[in-house]
Amino acid sequence: MSDVIGYERGRAGEDPPYLDPNYGSTVKRAPAKPLVRLEHTLTEVTGPGFADGWAGPDKTDLTRQGKSEPIGARMIVAGRILDEHGRPVPKTLVELWQANSAGRYLHEMDQHDAPLDPNFTGAGHVVTNDDGDYKFVTIVPGAYPWRNTHNAWRSQHIHFSVFGPGFASRVITQMYFPGDPLMPFDPIFLSIPEEAARNRMISAYDPTLSVAEWALGYRFDIVLRGRLQTPTGI
Amino acid sequence: MRLIPTPSQTAGPFFKFGLDRPEWADLTGGGKATGEKIRIEGRVFDGDHAPVPDAFLEIWQANAAGRYAHAEDRQAKPLDPHFRGFGRCSTDKEGKYHFLTIRPGAVPGRGNTLQAPHIAVRVFARGLLKHVTTRLYFPEDPLNKSDPVLGSIEDAARRQTLLGAADGADGAVKLYRFDIVLQGKGETVFFDV
Repeated sequence: MSDVIGYERGRAGEDPPYLDPNYGSTVKRAPAKPLVRLEHTLTEVTGPGFADGWAGPDKTDLTRQGKSEPIGARMIVAGRILDEHGRPVPKTLVELWQANSAGRYLHEMDQHDAPLDPNFTGAGHVVTNDDGDYKFVTIVPGAYPWRNTHNAWRSQHIHFSVFGPGFASRVITQMYFPGDPLMPFDPIFLSIPEEAARNRMISAYDPTLSVAEWALGYRFDIVLRGRLQTPTGI
Repeated sequence: MRLIPTPSQTAGPFFKFGLDRPEWADLTGGGKATGEKIRIEGRVFDGDHAPVPDAFLEIWQANAAGRYAHAEDRQAKPLDPHFRGFGRCSTDKEGKYHFLTIRPGAVPGRGNTLQAPHIAVRVFARGLLKHVTTRLYFPEDPLNKSDPVLGSIEDAARRQTLLGAADGADGAVKLYRFDIVLQGKGETVFFDV
């Protein structure tokens, strides 16, 4: 007997579709058949734990991974992982990866004609504290061109990967910067139909996070799906 | 008050330097985990049946006794200190991935049902604005007949896409092939989770 409490379902317009012709790569990769609804079982409400340090020592300062400091504007990005009911998500793994200040990724397939920075990998990870908080020091990522359409540019963004407590709570998203003029032209950002949901992906400049004479501060809270309030199947 | 969840976005093509953890493709703790070791291999294909070289998979499963390493699994079955049940592997240039793991035990389903041994699988990639989720079942398992999730898929050909294919063995380690077709002919069943 196992009546688990499942996770809330996403609401229309708050998540992207699989097929979005404005983002060309979806055309041959989006499932064509309807998804099969899966009522959550023990498989979906459980998931990997990271509280014991399994993911290795935190890597939260991306400006200290090389022999000297990377090029670019230093920034702090910090926030809280919480669920849609406002509950913090402690001891969960947050992974971050991004382009360097010139808009180039440390990846063999990134052919953008911009310099790599020998002092910047653009990768970090941290396990949230008991209040669900995380914090990284990094460099403001550059915008970069991509071949989705002629003269297309990606908004400045940082990739975030978050697990949450269960298999069903997992999300990979992108953090955007307030006021970036590229966002209204970026089909990946625009793939989320509802404006209020899109805005969830835009960080906020936070003067209380900035450090005088040293780094800009941006706040980015990440909201995961929450649990249903009553057990399902009853 | 409800907060809008942060929407999903594609992992893009350039995630390996941030997410690659080759050691996470071995779930056996270097061979110390209890149970029957199995290897899972497969390829990821797109709608043209071209390999997808810029994807990664994550898997989640119960241990050999059928218990998840998670506080919400309160079954009176043994936990295995050497088995966490989570794996990750990127695809290579030919769209190939692989995991070394333990054959999972059966786990409870909803109500009084029992789920056949299975591994939850999800795929992230450029072009997937949201990851896709599927399950790997074992073709010879007698519990498959009564598995509620398999049973919810009426089309036998589609159901077949959730079954790994026994493909010999590497020494004592049985090999299961599990290709994932994102779109089109032979499209894998994906779940709305």
